[in-house]
Amino acid sequence: MKRILSFQDLHNLYEDVKEQTDMRLHKLNQAPDFIQLPEHEKDETKVRHVMVCADTGCIASGALSIADVLEETVNRYGLQDKVKVVKTGCFGLCSEGPIVIVHPERIMYTQLKPEHIEEIVKEHLKDGHYVEHLLLGAREGDPVLLFDQVDFFRKQTRVATRNCGIIDPASLEEYISQKGYLALAKVLSEMKPQDVIETIKQSGLRGRGGAGFPAGLKWGFTAQEKDPVKYVCCNADEGDPGAFMDLSLLEGDPHSILEAMAIAGYAIGANLGFIYIRAEYPSAISRLLTSIEEAKKAGLLGENIMGSDFSFDIELRLGAGAFVCGEETALIASVEGNRGEPRNKPPFPAAKGIYGKPTVINNVETFANICPIILNGPEWYKTIGTERSPGTKVFALAGKINNVGLIEVPMGTTLREIIYEIGGGIVDDKQLKAVQTGGPSGGCIPIQHLDTPIDYESLQAIGTMMGSGGMIVLDETTCMVNIAKFYLEFTVEESCGKCTPCRFGNSYLLDIMNKITRGQGEREDLDRLYHLGETIKEASLCGLGQSSPNPVLSTLRYFRDEYLAHVDDKFCPAGECVSLMRYEIVAERCIGCTICAKNCPVQCISGELKEPHVIDQEACIKCGICFEKCPTKAIIKI
Amino acid sequence: MVINDQSTKFAELDRFIDELEISDKSSALIPVLHHAQTLFGYLPQEVQSHIAERLDVSVAKVYGVVSFYTFFTMEPRGRYNVSVCLGTACFVAGAEAVLNEFEKQLGVKSGETTEDFKFSVIPVRCVGACSLAPVVMINDKVYPRVKVSDVTEILAEYKDA
Ligand SMILES: Cc1cc2nc3c(=O)[nH]c(=O)nc-3n(C[C@H](O)[C@H](O)[C@H](O)COP(=O)(O)O)c2cc1C
Ligand code: FES
Repeated sequence: MKRILSFQDLHNLYEDVKEQTDMRLHKLNQAPDFIQLPEHEKDETKVRHVMVCADTGCIASGALSIADVLEETVNRYGLQDKVKVVKTGCFGLCSEGPIVIVHPERIMYTQLKPEHIEEIVKEHLKDGHYVEHLLLGAREGDPVLLFDQVDFFRKQTRVATRNCGIIDPASLEEYISQKGYLALAKVLSEMKPQDVIETIKQSGLRGRGGAGFPAGLKWGFTAQEKDPVKYVCCNADEGDPGAFMDLSLLEGDPHSILEAMAIAGYAIGANLGFIYIRAEYPSAISRLLTSIEEAKKAGLLGENIMGSDFSFDIELRLGAGAFVCGEETALIASVEGNRGEPRNKPPFPAAKGIYGKPTVINNVETFANICPIILNGPEWYKTIGTERSPGTKVFALAGKINNVGLIEVPMGTTLREIIYEIGGGIVDDKQLKAVQTGGPSGGCIPIQHLDTPIDYESLQAIGTMMGSGGMIVLDETTCMVNIAKFYLEFTVEESCGKCTPCRFGNSYLLDIMNKITRGQGEREDLDRLYHLGETIKEASLCGLGQSSPNPVLSTLRYFRDEYLAHVDDKFCPAGECVSLMRYEIVAERCIGCTICAKNCPVQCISGELKEPHVIDQEACIKCGICFEKCPTKAIIKI
Repeated sequence: MVINDQSTKFAELDRFIDELEISDKSSALIPVLHHAQTLFGYLPQEVQSHIAERLDVSVAKVYGVVSFYTFFTMEPRGRYNVSVCLGTACFVAGAEAVLNEFEKQLGVKSGETTEDFKFSVIPVRCVGACSLAPVVMINDKVYPRVKVSDVTEILAEYKDA
């Protein structure tokens, strides 16, 4: 791409390319237009865009080979001038992957295998008939013609993820076609730093990394500091296991984060930014590195951006597998090359951050909201969401839900809407039990609070927190004691050990939880959990310890009867706690096929051929293989 | 890049350190350790001492950092890293039982390496493919929706390797 030497250059380029990607935007309220297929065919100049998601999740399910086969087949049919294959970011509907979307017809093919591609190319791209049996929903007998009309997409509002699934993230030109870098140009050409801060303040944007601190205030504090050297830092540590929002944003729209960091730099007076990213995300790391290079070559980052006197560079710093490094003071220590141990606040990073310099630290998703706010104004932003929490929130939906994936909804949306309308309900129509938000620092929301509108305050009021956006759906087969124990094991492992309440307190808490799940708990243990948990929250140094007892405390609050069943009756109602359950063979249903006995790794099942078998409870290791293998479901868990 | 000879590895590490564009060398410790681990496969004591000397920091500091971050290992790993995801999405989908099965079949505990240095079993926290839970990775190959009963078959793929 030609180097951009002035704001006018960028606007000219935008005018040239702006229609390139418009065809791919969701048209939520527009009537079907696929019926015009034949017309589209007649127009020799029209090109179809075929989108393939190339995000981590879809690549793992084979998207890259789909893209390769697609290109090869398109060429073989001589359609290369009529079809453009685009590798793009996350469409959100990850459980249906690999996915291909054909524009302008807005047709989505799901769960593809390489052998399906020939049919799509021949039938659809060449002859203009869609392939019914590969359509979204076809496998459930309900094929969908316009993918953006299904609830999953209709109920969403895409601000942070606006470009994910729309542009090729590896193409700077495509980013510019969706108004990329226009916000930076606007800021540099029309606004004073103070105006930028005011705009962000007015928008009411709150930090999306968990705590919800107003971003504009944070920028304002940092701008006020006298030190001539300041930094911007993007927190891409994404420590909450089971959450992948930041990953998808970085992979699907890297330039929007870079642009927003430069805007923050201009606002506070910084010329260097760092992205602290976890090493477990190699694809996002390489995507960011190439995007930074590309932006610098184009004159959109680096020295004298677009011919202005503002310069801004961005460097990457890799994490090394420590959850606590997502906490901002630990992050600073890690960027400086030290053990990632948090320190007391104040001083806050706004006063003393990286290398002791005033630093703005924001989460990836916080940055992803900046450019639209600059371009559309704070008033527009405030029309989305609730009064105290404007805007949207991206969630990674996972667990026992049908549509596992990435969603973005206005703040104030209820959990019921998310789970039953967007999420498509619970797997196998099982009973929903609770939703976990906030990861290891959060809590569980039981079904009686399903209609709570989601925002920072309301989630806190019911004992959990917004967190960074992990949303794990739990059904009747999940043991709440066990899930709380799982999170606690995580924090015990990740506690840095600097302060005693967190280091000792949490391991003692875990001892009690282990005792309970082994069936050795007593009533007094529940009080101990409560008191110790409250003490750890009170006395710990950093946010990790201050929130680590939350999963235990919130399950104790809402699912006390499950704890009591473990303690009083030595019984796990969900059948998950291995020490409290056993497998048995129902003699009436057993046909004596011997499959269980053959598969048992410890040979603890005996019985004659065609006779009912029995499990030797003493020797059984409860691995569950027989339970899975039995053809007549004669083996039960009790 | 696969380098087999020890002294070439040290030379490559030195080149990396010399080319660093960071003025304060001690803050380059983590990137240097990342690079060293890619080169050597792990971070034995002599590599740590070498880095300490080159970056002008104490060996204690290097050890402190290496032992703090789970990504760094001081033990050599097997040729095949069996990474079982224990992130929340994978956990609720039954990842723990899958991990136990790998441990049992390979005869090692999680974090350990088989005696022939063929396999290491390593629990990891979310690889970002939560929609495919439970996820297992063997080196770069991803196995989606793994069940306990799949483990034998998965390991069989590496039998003759
Ligand atoms: C234990 C712990 C882990 C955290 N992990 C993350 C993380 O992975 N990503 C993140 O953006 N913020 C994380 N935070 C919050 C950061 O400390 C900080 O508040 C945030 O990056 C500020 O950005 P925001 O205002 O844009 O949310 C974590 C906090 C704690 C206490
Ligand atoms: S929790 Fe396993 S991939 Fe995310």
